[in-house]
Amino acid sequence: MRLTATATPAIGRTAGSAAANALAGTGRLLRFALRRDRVRIPIWLAALALGSVWTAAAFGDIYPTAAARQTTAATMNTPAGLAFTGPARYLTDYHYGSIVSHQLLGFVVVFVGIMTVLLVTRHTRTEEETGRAELIRAAAVGRHAQLAAALILAVAVNVALGILLALGMGALGLEGMTWEGSLLYGAAYAAVGITFAGVAAVAVQITAHSRGASGMGIAVVGAAYLIRAAGDSADSALSWASPIGWVQQTFPYLDNRWWPLLLNLATAAALAAIGFALSLRRDLGAGLRAARRGRPAASRLLTTPIGFALRLHRGMLIGFAVGMLLLGASYGPFLGDIEEMFRDIQVLQDALANLGGTTVTDAFIAMVMTVFTIVATIHVVLTTLRPRAEETSGRAEPVLATALSRTRWLASHLAVALIGGPAMLLLSGLALAATGAPTTSDPDLFAKTMAASAAYIPAIWVTAALTVALAGWLPRATALAWLYVGYIAVTGYLGMILRLPTWLTSLSPFSHIPRLPVEDFTWPPLLTLTAIAAALITLGLYGFRRRDLEIK
Amino acid sequence: MTAAIATSGLVKTFGATRALDGLDLTVNPGEVHGFLGPNGAGKSTTIRILLGILRADAGSVTVLGGDPWADAVALHRRMAYVPGDVELWPNLTGGEAIDLLGSLRGGLNRRRRDELIERFDLDPSKKGRTYSKGNRQKVAIVAALASDAELLLLDEPTAGLDPLMEVVFQDVIREVKAAGRTVLLSSHILAQVEKLADRISIIRLGRIVQSGTLAEMRHLTRTTVEADTATPVTGLDRLPGVHDAEVDGTRVRFAVDGAHLDGAIRHLVGFGIRALTSHPPTLEELMLRHYGDDLATETGGTPARR
Repeated sequence: MRLTATATPAIGRTAGSAAANALAGTGRLLRFALRRDRVRIPIWLAALALGSVWTAAAFGDIYPTAAARQTTAATMNTPAGLAFTGPARYLTDYHYGSIVSHQLLGFVVVFVGIMTVLLVTRHTRTEEETGRAELIRAAAVGRHAQLAAALILAVAVNVALGILLALGMGALGLEGMTWEGSLLYGAAYAAVGITFAGVAAVAVQITAHSRGASGMGIAVVGAAYLIRAAGDSADSALSWASPIGWVQQTFPYLDNRWWPLLLNLATAAALAAIGFALSLRRDLGAGLRAARRGRPAASRLLTTPIGFALRLHRGMLIGFAVGMLLLGASYGPFLGDIEEMFRDIQVLQDALANLGGTTVTDAFIAMVMTVFTIVATIHVVLTTLRPRAEETSGRAEPVLATALSRTRWLASHLAVALIGGPAMLLLSGLALAATGAPTTSDPDLFAKTMAASAAYIPAIWVTAALTVALAGWLPRATALAWLYVGYIAVTGYLGMILRLPTWLTSLSPFSHIPRLPVEDFTWPPLLTLTAIAAALITLGLYGFRRRDLEIK
Repeated sequence: MTAAIATSGLVKTFGATRALDGLDLTVNPGEVHGFLGPNGAGKSTTIRILLGILRADAGSVTVLGGDPWADAVALHRRMAYVPGDVELWPNLTGGEAIDLLGSLRGGLNRRRRDELIERFDLDPSKKGRTYSKGNRQKVAIVAALASDAELLLLDEPTAGLDPLMEVVFQDVIREVKAAGRTVLLSSHILAQVEKLADRISIIRLGRIVQSGTLAEMRHLTRTTVEADTATPVTGLDRLPGVHDAEVDGTRVRFAVDGAHLDGAIRHLVGFGIRALTSHPPTLEELMLRHYGDDLATETGGTPARR
């Protein structure tokens, strides 16, 4: 009977029921999305909320006195300092509230933006690309229901994040951190997230591929950050061209000015409307932009094992190289001011003393090298796990059915990791030296920096080697490689601030690397680490040669 | 004449699942060998062992005179493979994937590659992620057939192809056979195997249950007879070798064992034959004889790995 009811000709329908039809099933899809993301969303929320609140709490220790805060405010008042934080107006009254809004807000909302873009893409374009959307749309589901459900989900998640932050920040009770300010601070996070939900709503219409869509959305997040950085460093109105700039202009805890958030919400609404309109101009599964064609035949390079591996890793190599250059360049401009910036910050002075530093600048270089190496380690593990992904997806099977041996196939991917990882590290060192050079008078800066980064190369090799050993012997447990990266990162990061016991850190290759330029260079630990890496690689290749290939 | 493929007592287990349970398979050089069985019978597992991608737990296996596990690389130069489920690299074009797989095998015949792309109506400049299932299959077929491999292992190669393309595929396989190359063609599409195969092996639950030429198998089986007679047929049930007799007025239909065909037709003549059709068993019927019990009792049983 229901069939006949819904089959009533469209002419008889009112506009209202047509709209309702386009959204039919939204509620169900929303519940389904919550069910699918019941782990993912809480992890994002916890990481963003706890990370922010913990950092804010730590400001109490880092800047214990009003004098320390005033000194920091003075040193922040440089173009580089403002580019990495926020508008100079915060510096006029630098209490804990201002510090949190100034140093934390503009940076953390980048991750809020990324989370939201990934969330919206995952429930729209990814569904279309995999063909699952077709199954859903063949049911009694309206044409706008999937996008509407994804956007409602994104808004709900961001509102939840805002509430968590408002409660967490308000509960800290640090000087200057009022409840009203905390409420605005949380609302600012939510407003940025909602704006980027709108951006994602448009991006997913443009390209047919979820990676392209999320890449496009994240690029807009990055552009918004860079525009506000440029605007803030010159104290210009350019900051008003960025959704991240808008929320910084609310000055939580300082002025508590709410109205710029209206710009975020209006933009989000307009973008969402454009997204819905664009979706009517394309077919399900297709993008507005036609898929690009490629070469009908392979180049000479592609048909060699190493050329093939390079092609598969090309996007990530380029992406990481750009990232590492930016990372290095983001620390370089501070090298000149570093002595002065850290002079009154006792915790950091202690940390540097732990390193036994000769100069604060040298100690700083040694510290940031740890950070660079952690990021390079992530690249190496991603690269070394790629053959495993090829294996489980079934793409390795036809390749290994050719005259390419398993060892050469795995080794070609490993080569990309063993050469690419160190190259990433050296790139960040190079960027640090190049951007730091104009600010310091140290003539040895370049040599020091490059030597410091080169010393970490064996640590990167050990990480790659451990990953390949896992892929050879415990293919289902390759995720353990990430646990190891986590262990390296945590012990390395905390090791910069605290003196950790040797038993805790000795399994990390980092703990054996001479920390140039503070410590002296020595060969033995580097050679030992290289030998360990060589042994693990041999083991991994042997294991991979003797086990079954695993195909879904 | 040494066999192109010879396995004996092949066993492969995945955890509790026994995918191959003493498989004996022989494929002669220069023949197209049909490898028939339902999903989960062990066809893909067998082929992966023949490629050295999986290692057998027990039994012996020889491919082109070598050990597929130990001599994988040397043997792969002489073999080509089409997987049942073709996955391509999302950002490589079909043409690039064909060239890549061809040159990794040790070179491919350029002219033949272009000719096959033309015949299969494949657009080689599209990226892997934009291909449909059928087009991904074509990429793998072209890559395998553009080689000069002596032995082709084709795992349900036409699963995603339309009927027109299937005809092209059959033509190409006949050419391959004429050139003296050996083909192992796994399928559950019976008509295809019937058209192409010189010999057939039927696999069920990890064992070969029957192997031989189609003619040899028909010899063992029943012919279906349908007739229209002047008066209703009676007494069929009492005849030896007659099965499943159905009489509907003057129409009659039954199956009869090869040895008793003569007696059954003689019996029909007594009722005045107006129309008579008889046909040899189709492979569906051959299969149903071997799997008929499955349909009744084992549907939804343990899902075996392919």
